[in-house]
Amino acid sequence: MRNELEPRSLDSGSFEKEPLWRDEFSISKADERYVGRRQLAKFLTLGSLGMFAGNLWIVVKSWFRTPARYTSSVVAHAGEIPVGGVKLFQYPAPGDQCIMVRTAEESYVAYSQKCTHLSCAVYYSREHDRLECPCHQGYFSIRDGSVLQGPPTRPLPRVVLDRRGADLVAIRMEPEI
Amino acid sequence: MARYPDVRKGHGLTAIDAVTAIVVLLLVIQMWLLTATLDAFLAGHTETAIPAAIVSGILFAACFVMYRFVARLDRQARSGR
Repeated sequence: MRNELEPRSLDSGSFEKEPLWRDEFSISKADERYVGRRQLAKFLTLGSLGMFAGNLWIVVKSWFRTPARYTSSVVAHAGEIPVGGVKLFQYPAPGDQCIMVRTAEESYVAYSQKCTHLSCAVYYSREHDRLECPCHQGYFSIRDGSVLQGPPTRPLPRVVLDRRGADLVAIRMEPEI
Repeated sequence: MARYPDVRKGHGLTAIDAVTAIVVLLLVIQMWLLTATLDAFLAGHTETAIPAAIVSGILFAACFVMYRFVARLDRQARSGR
């Protein structure tokens, strides 16, 4: 009677029928390391394919990107907010929250209120004269929306304002969103 | 009966480990490339998309060649048993 526990190679072919446990453990002990490494290499190559697909997706999105169309919208009236004051408005679409700051007597700046890191709402810190994201301490310059500190890597999209008489009109976003 | 890996298998494993390390390195570069390209795209800069895709494709091709090498090495080690 043969011994079921006796180790042997897979390709021995010395038995008419493989025992049941071979179905579950179809790789000999000596070959285990090879299979693990080969499968890891396959997994990594598939990951590489995924990265390549991601880059191709960006190319396709770039090709089919249509220039955004913005409509002019009166967002505030001159003198409506005091120097150092803030007004929130929605532009270019309802739900796109923006923040306007009057930095000087005749100077207004406006940015998207969504932090470019994880979309938390930024607020104006009059003490530090900058826009601050409370979630991860991302700070943006009030002058141009550039990143001063923190995890965001991109500046805040700026709302281009046009003074039309007593009205402050938002005409577009830079960069386009 | 070959119950333990022979010398050739040991060399094969070393080569596979080296290739796997290179593939990991290439994959990390690809991840960085994708992140940077996506960041630039979201910032409105699309001019980097095509060069990044080309480089990513080259890195993927290199990874695939490495994988084929691993598979071939594995086959050779098994047949040389």
